[in-house]
Order: sequence, then C-alpha cells, then structure tokens
Amino acid sequence: MSVLVNKDSRIVVQGFTGNEGTFHATQMIEYGTNVIGGVTPGKGGTTHLDRPVFNTVADAVKHAGANVSIIFVPPAFAADAIMEAAEAGIGLVVCITEGIPTKDMITVKEYLSGRNTRLVGPNCPGVITPGEAKVGIMPGFVFKKGRVGIVSKSGTLTYEAADQVVKAGMGVSTAIGIGGDPIIGTTTLEAVKLFMADPETDGIIMIGEIGGSLEAEAARWIKDNNKKPVVGFIAGQTAPPGRRMGHAGAIIGGADDTAAAKMKIMAECGITVVDSPAVIGQTMAKVLSK
Amino acid sequence: MNIHEYQGKSILKSFGVAIQEGIVADTPEQAVAAAKELQAQTGTQWWVVKAQIHAGGRGKGGGVKLAKSLDEVNEKASNIIGMQLVTPQTGPQGKKVNKVLIAQDVYYPGPSSTSEFYMSVLLNRQTGRNIVMYSTEGGMDIEEVAEKTPHLIFKEEIDPKTGLLPFQARKIAFNLGLSGNAFKEMTKFVTALCKAYESTDSSMFEINPVLKTSDDKIIAVDAKVNLDENALYRHPDYAAMRDITEEDPTEVEAGEHNLNYVKLDGNVGCMVNGAGLAMATMDIIKLAGGDPANFLDVGGTANAARVEQAFRIILKDPNVKAILVNIFGGIVRCDRVAQGVVDAYKSIGEIPVPIIVRLQGTNAEEAKKIIDESGLKVYSAIQLKEAADLVADVLKK
Repeated sequence: MSVLVNKDSRIVVQGFTGNEGTFHATQMIEYGTNVIGGVTPGKGGTTHLDRPVFNTVADAVKHAGANVSIIFVPPAFAADAIMEAAEAGIGLVVCITEGIPTKDMITVKEYLSGRNTRLVGPNCPGVITPGEAKVGIMPGFVFKKGRVGIVSKSGTLTYEAADQVVKAGMGVSTAIGIGGDPIIGTTTLEAVKLFMADPETDGIIMIGEIGGSLEAEAARWIKDNNKKPVVGFIAGQTAPPGRRMGHAGAIIGGADDTAAAKMKIMAECGITVVDSPAVIGQTMAKVLSK
Repeated sequence: MNIHEYQGKSILKSFGVAIQEGIVADTPEQAVAAAKELQAQTGTQWWVVKAQIHAGGRGKGGGVKLAKSLDEVNEKASNIIGMQLVTPQTGPQGKKVNKVLIAQDVYYPGPSSTSEFYMSVLLNRQTGRNIVMYSTEGGMDIEEVAEKTPHLIFKEEIDPKTGLLPFQARKIAFNLGLSGNAFKEMTKFVTALCKAYESTDSSMFEINPVLKTSDDKIIAVDAKVNLDENALYRHPDYAAMRDITEEDPTEVEAGEHNLNYVKLDGNVGCMVNGAGLAMATMDIIKLAGGDPANFLDVGGTANAARVEQAFRIILKDPNVKAILVNIFGGIVRCDRVAQGVVDAYKSIGEIPVPIIVRLQGTNAEEAKKIIDESGLKVYSAIQLKEAADLVADVLKK
C-alpha cells in the first residue's frame, strides 16, 4: 500500500519544459513513474517527452486525470504554482523549488488550510515509493523496496539513510523528504502518522536537523501512540547558534532549537536516537529484530 | 541578511515608525557635522555616538557613548571609529567599527518618567504566521527575561488575511501598562511596525528598547532588522544595503562561487553535497575526535571546478589539519567527482594536509579505484563508518 504515492498516482509536472523539469521528469519516467504530462503556461497543446503539455493544472486534471503534482518552477512563481494545483483539486503537491520567500509561504499555508490538498516541501527532494513511483529528484536506484518508512528534512541524508537500510538487508516502503524551510507543508508528525497507519511499514526512520520544533512535536505524539519502532537522528550537533546551515530553517535561535535538546526529547519519548549518521541502518535492523 | 542599525531605522522611518533620529558618519569630522545638523533638526542638547556593527551588546563593549558637547562628540567618535569592538556576540576577536551613528538624546527630562519596552516581529514556525513578541522588560537580554520571568513576555499572532488588527494593537498597549497619549502612540507604533515588517519581506525585527519618552512619545531607540534573503529580488534597494565588510571574507568568496560555506573554529575541514549531510558530516568529525572547521555544501552539481574551488576555500583556513570530502552521488556520478578531486589536487599542487574522500552512490566502486590508483595522499572510503574511522586515524597521527 505504501504512503502518498504509488503505481496508480497520475503525476503532472509543473515547470515541465524548463531545464530542471525536463531533466527530472525524464528520470522519473525512466524510473517507471506514471507521468501523465506537464504544465507550462503558453505551451498548452504541444508535447514534451512524448507527453501532453497543458496551459493550466486544471486542464491536466480535466483531460489527463492528474492527481499528484510536482513543482520545478522558479522561486518567484512557485507559491502561485502550489495554489494553482490546490485550486485544481490536486490531492498531493510536491514542491522541489528552493528559495521561496517566507511571506509567499505564509500565504500558501493560509490558502491550503481547509482544502483537501497535501503539500510536501518546498525545498525538498520529494517522495518515493520504491518500485512504484518516484516523485522527486532522488537517485531511484538507492531505494529498494521494503518495510522501513523514512521521513527527513534533508535530501542527501535521506539517500544516505536509504542506502544504509538496504545495505543492512532491509528496504524502504516510502521515503518522504519534507524539506528544510521554515514553513513547510507536511510536517514530521504528519509523515510519522502516515507511516504508523501504513500496514506495509514496520519501522520508521526520522531524520531532523537544528531549528524549529517539528521533531519534538512528532516525538511527543509517538510517546502516546507508539506502535512501531522509530530510529531518530538530528543533524547539526556541532552547529553554532545563530548561523544558518544551508537550509533556510536550519538555524539555532533558542534553546529548544539545538540538536541536543531535540535528541533528549526524542529519547525521552521512546525513540532510538543515534549520535552518528553512519549507524542509522544497522540501528534500524537491530530494533526491528527485537 | 543583516543590516546596520542606521539602515534599519531608515527603513522603519519610511513606514512611519517613530525612531530615535540620527545621522551616520565615517570620520570624527563628519560626526561633529552630523551632531550640529541633528541639533538643528531636533533641538537635541546631547548626542549618543553608536558604533555600527552587525552584532548586539554594543554598549557592553564600549561601542555606545553619550556626548554632552561637540568636543565630546569628536572625542567619542575618534575613539570608536576604527576600534575593534568586542561584544558578547562578536567573539573574542571583535569587529572593526567603520561607521558611527550620531543619534539624538531621547532620555531627556520631562513631565513623566521614561520607560523601556522590548518588541520584536518574527515568524512563529509552529503556526506559519508572524507574531509580535513584546515585554515590559526593555533594554535587557530577552533570552534572560524568557528564562527568569517568562510571564512578562507576551505574544500576539498576526492573521495573514488581515494584518495586525486595531484591537490587537490596543491589547499590546494595555499589556505594556500604557495610558493617555503614550497608549495612542504605542498603537500607532506597533501598527506601523507590523506594516513595515510585511512590506519589506523581513524575517525579523527586534526593537530593544522601544522607549516611552518623558513627553509620552513612543520611539525605536535601536533597530535590528533581518531581511529574508530569498525575497531580496523584490527589494533591490535593500539588497544594496549589504555590507560585506561585516562578513567573513572567505564566506563572501565562497558565496561568489555559489558554495554555501560557514567558517567554524575546528581543525577538520569538510566538503559535502547537501545541507543536512553537511551538518551530519560535521557531527561525524566531532564523534571521531576532531572539530569541524567549516560547513560547506557544494550543492547538487559537484563537478571538478567546484571541487577545486571548495578545496581552495577550505585551505584558506590555517587551522585545517585534515579534510573530509563526503559526497553521496545520486544524479552526480561519483567517478566524475573522484576525477575532480584528483584534478583539483594536481592543479592546486601540494595539499599539505591529509584528505579523506568518501564517495557513495552512483559508480562508487569506480570512484574509489580512481582515488586509490591516483598515487596521491588521499584516503578513500565508501561507507560513512569507514570515513569516520579514517578521520579518527588521521587525527591520531
């Protein structure tokens, strides 16, 4: 069953004909993802990568039955693209774009509240259900099918975790890159809830980083609702306060933002917290075999 | 992006926020001229000479001085301009002061007593909305207030559909214990402040202190303004306010090459693709017994030219005793990155510190072969654990 995306997902690519969109749509198609077409305003009616191009997301929904969108449009236009997809009734919007102004995301968050659209990202690697659908920019070959769910704020660290899971003899049910911006759609907690409810996921890897309170929120919920083992890692144990570490949201502003504070709460809530990112996979194998 | 107090105040003023008036000066002569002009404009009898650096706690380090005559303006400005100002936020090496703000004295005597408040506008990440955070305890370190007297800190959330509403502005003024004219002035102040925050795409305003003067005006005596870098394309005039002399020169150079680099104090440099993995790599260095010398994200396209540039940046730091390269090749092929490392090594010449290269992902085996057969003093690894052990080994030597 997996979560969020599967072989039946019908994906429309917003920013289809641009460089990024073309490159990653090609990779997604090669992976076997059901990309039904794309949207580039003004290029409707043409074809690209042997698939139809639409002027609007609404057209892609109406004429090609799109139900998932992935966004590659530049930061200045990305918020608009997310809201267009929501208005068209798309159920899952995955926004890859990095560098969207915070004010625009405040508007997006407000716009999405009360609508039946889930946003993943922005500034994220996307979502992959191995062997079924890759809706993102991750290297597909790293993710082998299995029963471990991964939720992560980081791209390459997700690939790292997936690779370790596979090397330890397991596989991935779905990996969700939620992104490292201050305002994101799907939170760590929401992703964890999806995995807890998924019969094809046996264990969860939760990868966070400094800044914000998403990991603590998820940890508190896990404490009261834990059904499956969770392994956690927080990047940035050595990051200095007040400095932004690459991601717009990765900044220690207060005492609760530090890796140490988050790791403490996670451990208190029953999560198996690892100090080293090198032992995520083997630790998952260990807790699952108990 | 951080800007100076004088720049922040000019932005606030342009949105109708009342400020402590001032004129910026580069030399003591300009400072005296500024003081005269300010006296003509505002009637101020005394002046405050304020060092302009991107760090708080300037008063504690001797960067803010009261001057009671033009001679004193000259004297204080001469002392402050060019000084290496050390504050709790600058680190022990301090920051060089290039400019001073000559500001009006706002603590003059009058019919009522003065009071200082704290006010900031910032994003509440939990709700995805902006909030006004404010306190009766102005002029103090807000972290300390939060710890010792949390009940004296108030928060008001701003609905993005409406902005700060009049009743909210009144609530803020009531909570600060104001009445009469000062109450009205505070509602105007906070309303204008929120308008300025939203219009400028700021990521933080911190006004500490907000002063109620002895004649019941409400003004911003300091202004820490942080602008959202992702939105600067909408504000070219604010983008031009960037002062690169306030930034680490190596970080500026790295930025010009689109490398995301943050200088740290440790002894092991690192070069990584992806921000999360870069932070995790710093953590690994620490666990292996070293200390990270930097954060460096080379981004999604780790080609030979970028790898070489990254090496050059890392090697500018004399504290670096070893370098860990950690690339998870997804779309990027590891063998290309490995060739980039070998080429960079040859191009730079003798690299005086050991290098550990960990390449995992697409064509990782081929990459390891390229490194191992290069004849260079480079240790290669595929598993992250191996790389961590190699760092520990190298540091023991």
